[in-house]
Amino acid sequence: MDEATRRRVEALLARYVDIVDQDRLEEWPDLFVENCRYRVTSALDYRDNLPHGVIYAVSKGMLRDRVSALREANVYEAQRYRHIVGPIWIEDDSEFVVRARSNFLVIRTMHTGEMLLFASGAYFDKIDVSTDPCRFIERIVVTDSDKIDTLLAIPL
Amino acid sequence: MAHLDAGTSKIAWPSNALTSVPYRVYTDTDEYAREIERIFKGPTWNYLCLAVEIAEPGDYVVSSIGETPVVVARSLDGGIHAFVNRCAHRGALLCLNRRGHGKDITCVYHGWSYDLTGNLTGVAFQRGVQRQGGMPPEFKREDHNLRKLKVVEFCGLIFGSFADNPPDFQSYLGPEISSRIARVMHKPLKVLGRTTQVLPNNWKLYFENVKDTYHASILHTFFTTFEINRLNQRGGVVVDEGGGNHASYTIMDRSLDSTDYKQQEIRSSKDDYRLADPSMLEGVDEFGDGVTLQILTVFPGLVVQQIQNSLAVRQLLPRGVDRCELVWTILGFADDDDAMTEHRLKQANLVGPAGYISMEDGCVGGFVQRAVRGIEEDNGVLMMGGGDASSQTYRATESSVRGFWKKYRALMGV
Repeated sequence: MDEATRRRVEALLARYVDIVDQDRLEEWPDLFVENCRYRVTSALDYRDNLPHGVIYAVSKGMLRDRVSALREANVYEAQRYRHIVGPIWIEDDSEFVVRARSNFLVIRTMHTGEMLLFASGAYFDKIDVSTDPCRFIERIVVTDSDKIDTLLAIPL
Repeated sequence: MAHLDAGTSKIAWPSNALTSVPYRVYTDTDEYAREIERIFKGPTWNYLCLAVEIAEPGDYVVSSIGETPVVVARSLDGGIHAFVNRCAHRGALLCLNRRGHGKDITCVYHGWSYDLTGNLTGVAFQRGVQRQGGMPPEFKREDHNLRKLKVVEFCGLIFGSFADNPPDFQSYLGPEISSRIARVMHKPLKVLGRTTQVLPNNWKLYFENVKDTYHASILHTFFTTFEINRLNQRGGVVVDEGGGNHASYTIMDRSLDSTDYKQQEIRSSKDDYRLADPSMLEGVDEFGDGVTLQILTVFPGLVVQQIQNSLAVRQLLPRGVDRCELVWTILGFADDDDAMTEHRLKQANLVGPAGYISMEDGCVGGFVQRAVRGIEEDNGVLMMGGGDASSQTYRATESSVRGFWKKYRALMGV
């Protein structure tokens, strides 16, 4: 993979974090291709090949619905995330697709000021690099713990 | 085993009526200790795990009753056994993993080993080393088995009880609850995934919430926001005689054409609030009875969920007076094809910690817990739908919540 492709992949991952942490969720679905897959699962379920996702989306439309539900329907206290993403491992999958893996920490801060190390885990990504900017074909969020404090509103 | 009553309750209930609940029941640590003794270790049946999770002889899993870790095992002859996950020697944890497989379980501390029925089968250095030390002659292995529970399996669900003489299981459920469990759990199950939600509230606040049919359309606005028309549904709530078990349900009105229904369900009139991908709600009437939702509880901590094709069991575990855990096991059937599994996975977006119609239940108990702190002398009100705990053919009622308190007060002697 050339250096330019690597930089575009890094930019996609950086943009993802920026959008989620800055509460610009309306832009979040556009980081994905139309027939995408986004799933939040635990390391145990991932290891056991269990297909369920705490969030399970198989289209960009389902991602949009997730955002509009958070904005219009669901009730939860104001909160924000701070993602810390580690180095990215990238490898070619095919001519136009790369696979990427990175580790993350998410700290959740509530409107009350309470902070929690909310999640740690890894992103397993399949990325379409045929376009610029490139987009996620698949993002599997694998959390190390299978426990979630209170609720998972904002996507990881 | 002597029954401990764990002292007398110091909580003042306003009356014998079920319509008023003192907030102190959510914060009092003495009362919490009494609950562990009288409810979780009392004459109740506690959900432990699914039979499919210990499918083969030699399989075992670690579960809990109350805060007590419990091993559930399938012994080599195929029988199901449950015992406290605690070595009979010095009380150390026995199984250190969540699940395992083998013909015996050995404590890492001093090497005492047990078969999967909970009987002590080996003691390291029982006869000493080089004729020195060892257990005295009066030591009998059969006096030191693991603390065993009574177990029962029903429809692929395994329950345990600490009571020496637990109530007859079918009477404990009641005929209507029993048949409504059997309605959903009617063939071999398949686990699709698991997740545990840590809730910042007393366990009872969650159990009340899940029995509460009054709040559903008010707190959970997903269906109304997206104008998913559900007016052609009717429903009701069933409460068992003891009060502790319930089933709430909605059912399609057969007088409306089912094609109309399907179109209404996935369309809304306003473009702004329309699902971009309504395939999430696509599914089939797999039980053939038009029941689109059935939420069922078995006292003190099991929820069996059918929301359209999304099936799950939820195990509620107390974790101190102001904390509890909700262990979700998301299910399908062993004979589901790929399309059916995909329906279930998509619809599972409705439930769980990130569920469109259930995420609020994760925080609302905490709202009560935070609001009663320091001002526990007041009482909550439960008057919706009258004062009793009977079955009703409508859902604007708190009948099943009152049923919970009926069962609770009987067991707690308050």
